[in-house]
Amino acid sequence: MAEVLPAEGLLATSWLLIALPLAGAAVLLLGGRRTDRWGHLLGTGTVVAAFLLAVLCTVRLADVEGRSVDVDLFTFISTGELDVRAGLLYDPLSAVFVLLITGVGALIHVYSIGYMAHDPARRRFFAYLNLFVAAMLLLVLGNSYVALYVGWEGVGLASYLLIAFWYTRPGAATAAKKAFIMNRVGDVGLALAIFVMFAQLGTTSYEGVFGAVGTLAGGTVTALGLLLLLGACGKSGQFPLQAWLPDAMEGPTPVSALIHAATMVTAGVYLIARSAPIYDLSETARTVVMAVGALTLLIGAIAGCAFDDIKKVLAYSTVSQIGYMFLAVGLGPAGYVAALAHLLAHGFFKAGLFLGAGSVMHAMHDQVDMRRFGGLWNKLPITFGTFGLGYLALIGFPFLSGFFTKDAIIEATLDRDDWLGWTTGGVAVLAAGLTAFYMTRLMLMTFFGRPRWEDGVHPHEAPPVMTVPMVALAVGSVFSGALLVAVFPLSDWLEPVFGEPEEAEHVIEPFIIGIALTVIMALGVLAAWLFVGRREVPVTAPVRVSPVTRAARNALYADTINESLFMRPGQWLTRALVWVDNRGVDGAVNGLAAGLGGSSSRLGRTQTGFVRTYALGMLGGAVLVAGALLAVTSG
Amino acid sequence: MTLTYYLVLAAILFTIGAVGVLVRRNAIVVFMCIELMLNSVNLTLVTFARATGTVDGQIMAFFVMVVAAAEVVVGLAIIMSIYRTRRSASVDDANLLKY
Repeated sequence: MAEVLPAEGLLATSWLLIALPLAGAAVLLLGGRRTDRWGHLLGTGTVVAAFLLAVLCTVRLADVEGRSVDVDLFTFISTGELDVRAGLLYDPLSAVFVLLITGVGALIHVYSIGYMAHDPARRRFFAYLNLFVAAMLLLVLGNSYVALYVGWEGVGLASYLLIAFWYTRPGAATAAKKAFIMNRVGDVGLALAIFVMFAQLGTTSYEGVFGAVGTLAGGTVTALGLLLLLGACGKSGQFPLQAWLPDAMEGPTPVSALIHAATMVTAGVYLIARSAPIYDLSETARTVVMAVGALTLLIGAIAGCAFDDIKKVLAYSTVSQIGYMFLAVGLGPAGYVAALAHLLAHGFFKAGLFLGAGSVMHAMHDQVDMRRFGGLWNKLPITFGTFGLGYLALIGFPFLSGFFTKDAIIEATLDRDDWLGWTTGGVAVLAAGLTAFYMTRLMLMTFFGRPRWEDGVHPHEAPPVMTVPMVALAVGSVFSGALLVAVFPLSDWLEPVFGEPEEAEHVIEPFIIGIALTVIMALGVLAAWLFVGRREVPVTAPVRVSPVTRAARNALYADTINESLFMRPGQWLTRALVWVDNRGVDGAVNGLAAGLGGSSSRLGRTQTGFVRTYALGMLGGAVLVAGALLAVTSG
Repeated sequence: MTLTYYLVLAAILFTIGAVGVLVRRNAIVVFMCIELMLNSVNLTLVTFARATGTVDGQIMAFFVMVVAAAEVVVGLAIIMSIYRTRRSASVDDANLLKY
């Protein structure tokens, strides 16, 4: 890592990036109904201001020696040997994330003004979105794992609040709980990793940890890598914690675009890329990261082929694409830049696709079933155009962004030239074909064919406040790949973080891989046309289908497995514990109390109320005492 | 020395008093039996005072008399008020204070 200088001038004010959206959220939440009229404008304004500040900061950063500055803020925790300073690290890696978060975030805020125009709780929506942006910026800007953890939990909270934004719908409330609980499972891993750092190194700042990680035993480093991976899997919807992400689509569509496609779910990739010095030391951890990525990208691609809910297909596509990024970061130094390029390109086209899906839903009275769409291309021309460009970018159409970034990942994987590289690379190539298949299926079912609309639906194009962000993201999805790979190479910009890019020895010429992937993509498109485009799409899903389709429709039984493996045994355990508590612990305490109560009421019967009985008792007692005294003194 | 006679008399008086307290129902009689027991104790105290030639026992006897007088005042008042409300001076009738 390059040397980190203390921040000066404009860069020293980069804490404003976090403070602006946070202040927006505070004003909107505390201001209540008084802010209803202009709340959405304030919410959008703070994020746009943060974006402008981020651009200025990044330009300034480019001139700084080593391109990494540290912004020391205040003492966060200080007790005994434990001293945690709150501070920000503005380096090329956080800079690209800040630009992505504020840039895409600002566009989605603008879009939401139109999308949520008729929702009575629009102000609350913008407050939560601002809260999310603030937490996410803290996550990527923090200069220690503790700061990252605070942001990590903050985005989890914002995600929970936004999935359950329409909390009166049972589905949304359940999905939010599911997301929150599955994230907790992952967060335990991240928390344990931080505890290990405290215990072994006594510090959690990136500088301190990465400086001293080389002194740790190999097993400890691997444990750190695996625990961080668990945290990353939870946040990024990776196997085995992928099931929450598709359900999270119950939230409003801009939320799906911003949080569950472009930014928050990529936090896992950020975590692993940021922890590169740890992963560089543990071959095992990297292998597990690659395996998780390859498995998830296949699961996501298979499940994406079977769903009829447009947002769920896009959600599984997100799961699958983040799988690609995990596969790439698992490669180590060869893959970090490829992963981040794909992450940025994905941020553009997937956010654009989700906004397009939102526009379609807007036009179709919140219908999400693609079997009820069809023939929308001439009714929604701008949506069709932008969605189509995002689609082409995602499936890797030549010279659009996905083509550059996904190919780079597959190339880097195959360049390993060992069994792991060939297996995971093969899976990635197969999934590229599946991606083309399910996305073409989505396009055909939504925009082409005979209209299968419900009665009374009259599709109309969205207002400009929604279409302008879609156009901007479509432009990004067309050009970002070429810009990041060829014109302004991301590898040069990230050089202070990941070191000098090595000239890889190619096992297969990149040119041949590019052609092969284009052919596979074309095969996927052709297959989709054969299966979906050529025939009428039935309005209800066919019931008699092959076991493979049935498994894919159930997302490869991920929920069933989770339920039978974790939830049911967990329920049994809690039931057993409740039984032990009620019968055992409570039984002992209650039994003691009941025994004392019973015996005392029985003893109470001897209190007859007859004075002479008492007198006899006293006399007897006195005689006994006297007798005892006599026996003692005379004996 | 005729110490024994006094002590035997005191014991007899005490026994009569104790048996009276236990077997009689009339509150006034029970009360008098208590007085009898107190006075038997007084007799014992005075006897031992004579025997040892000190005045400690006699002083003690005066204390007992004072306490007994106070007790008579309170006790008789209670018996009177019970009799007024219940038209009975039997100790067995006043048996409400129980479990």
